Amino acid sequence: MESILAAFQQALSLIIHCDSELLSIILLSFQVSGLALACSMAVGIPLGALVSLTVFPGRNVIIALLQTLMGLPPVVVGLFLYLLLSRSGPLGFMSLLYSPTAMVIAQAILSFPIVASLSHAAIVGVDPIIRQAATTLGATPLQVSVTIIKEARYGILSAIIAGFGRVMAEVGAVLMVGGNIAGYTRVMTTTIALETDKGNFELALALGIILLIIAMLVNLVLRAVQRQGRNV
Amino acid sequence: MNLNLTLDGITKRYGDHIILADCSYLFDSGKTYAMLGANGSGKSTLLRIAALLEPPDGGAVRYRNDAAPVEPDTSLRRRITLVLPKVGAFNMSVCNNVAYGLAIRNTPPAVIEARVGEMLELVQLADKRKRNALTLSSGETQRLGIARALVLTPEVLFLDEPTAFVDAASRRVIEQILMDFRRKADTTVVFSTHDHDFAEKVADHILQLSSGRLSEERP
Repeated sequence: MESILAAFQQALSLIIHCDSELLSIILLSFQVSGLALACSMAVGIPLGALVSLTVFPGRNVIIALLQTLMGLPPVVVGLFLYLLLSRSGPLGFMSLLYSPTAMVIAQAILSFPIVASLSHAAIVGVDPIIRQAATTLGATPLQVSVTIIKEARYGILSAIIAGFGRVMAEVGAVLMVGGNIAGYTRVMTTTIALETDKGNFELALALGIILLIIAMLVNLVLRAVQRQGRNV
Repeated sequence: MNLNLTLDGITKRYGDHIILADCSYLFDSGKTYAMLGANGSGKSTLLRIAALLEPPDGGAVRYRNDAAPVEPDTSLRRRITLVLPKVGAFNMSVCNNVAYGLAIRNTPPAVIEARVGEMLELVQLADKRKRNALTLSSGETQRLGIARALVLTPEVLFLDEPTAFVDAASRRVIEQILMDFRRKADTTVVFSTHDHDFAEKVADHILQLSSGRLSEERP
């Protein structure tokens, strides 16, 4: 019990004194996850809007696929990405394995279905009267679509926040394709796993506390956004 | 050139149920028409078809004397508008709701501000211009819907049950607006209602929709 308390005290000390290693790991985590989220937003939101606002052959298949991929196991993504990026793999010539880029790709693959699916749900959840109201006011089909997407903005923001929550807490895939190289591909979750294995609980606990705070903040923002959308 | 609305043998059915059967009528430009009919008689459907929101199963909607049945293109849609019974207020300020139609027409901001201010005064919502439109009462929302349509100065204005579910104050505002339209006679107005007295008061013509057919009660 004493050793746990001591580890906690040291962890808090690392946080309070803004330990440089701790900060660099947090910074890299935000860089990787932020970039991954930006990629998944760039693809996921337009795709979510497309399957919500237009009808085309295969649309229902895409929706079903996106919903299925929301529960994609990270280690499976890690495995496939590893096979693709490993030296003998089809994309091995790009030398991306064990790089932050590979981690960004892995996290983007994991968060993109969440962003796309939840954006789709938000857009189809907009009252159909909005489409009619915009049309009666003279909006072109494109302007009608933009109006509907704007009406779904709180839901789309929730989708983005949910995607961010997923990538920040992810460990399996980034560990497999990032390699957990100190100062290069070591992010919060992979550091926690490694340091726990080594018995160095201070850094692991410090990062765990930071992750919990981030998770709490993400949830608070999510709740605030949802409340804003409901109450206006 | 003013738009002359003509309904030419409009039919509409939902499954086996015939809603509209050979509805024909020639509307005079600049006149105000009230359309009466029982619940489910097809008033809303006919207004939606006339406003080019949905196509008829048979017959045609014409907006020019000599023209073929119209295709619902945006340029024509922008000359007519329909205020829906459930207005469909956008999740934005009252002011931006009213400005919506002008903004999508790339109207200069100064013109938008002046026109929107004028309309909000007309429907007595000027003091609520900054409020989110979704927080308005049903009567205020109906007035917002009317302001949102009127700001576009449509040549043909359709209103689907504009006085349903509104309070006395909103009803008076709507009544005054419709009477002004009747007096100025520069816009064709067609509205549906259950209220015969209201129709008598504000309309030039009263139409009855019954058994899927449109007939005139009095000129």
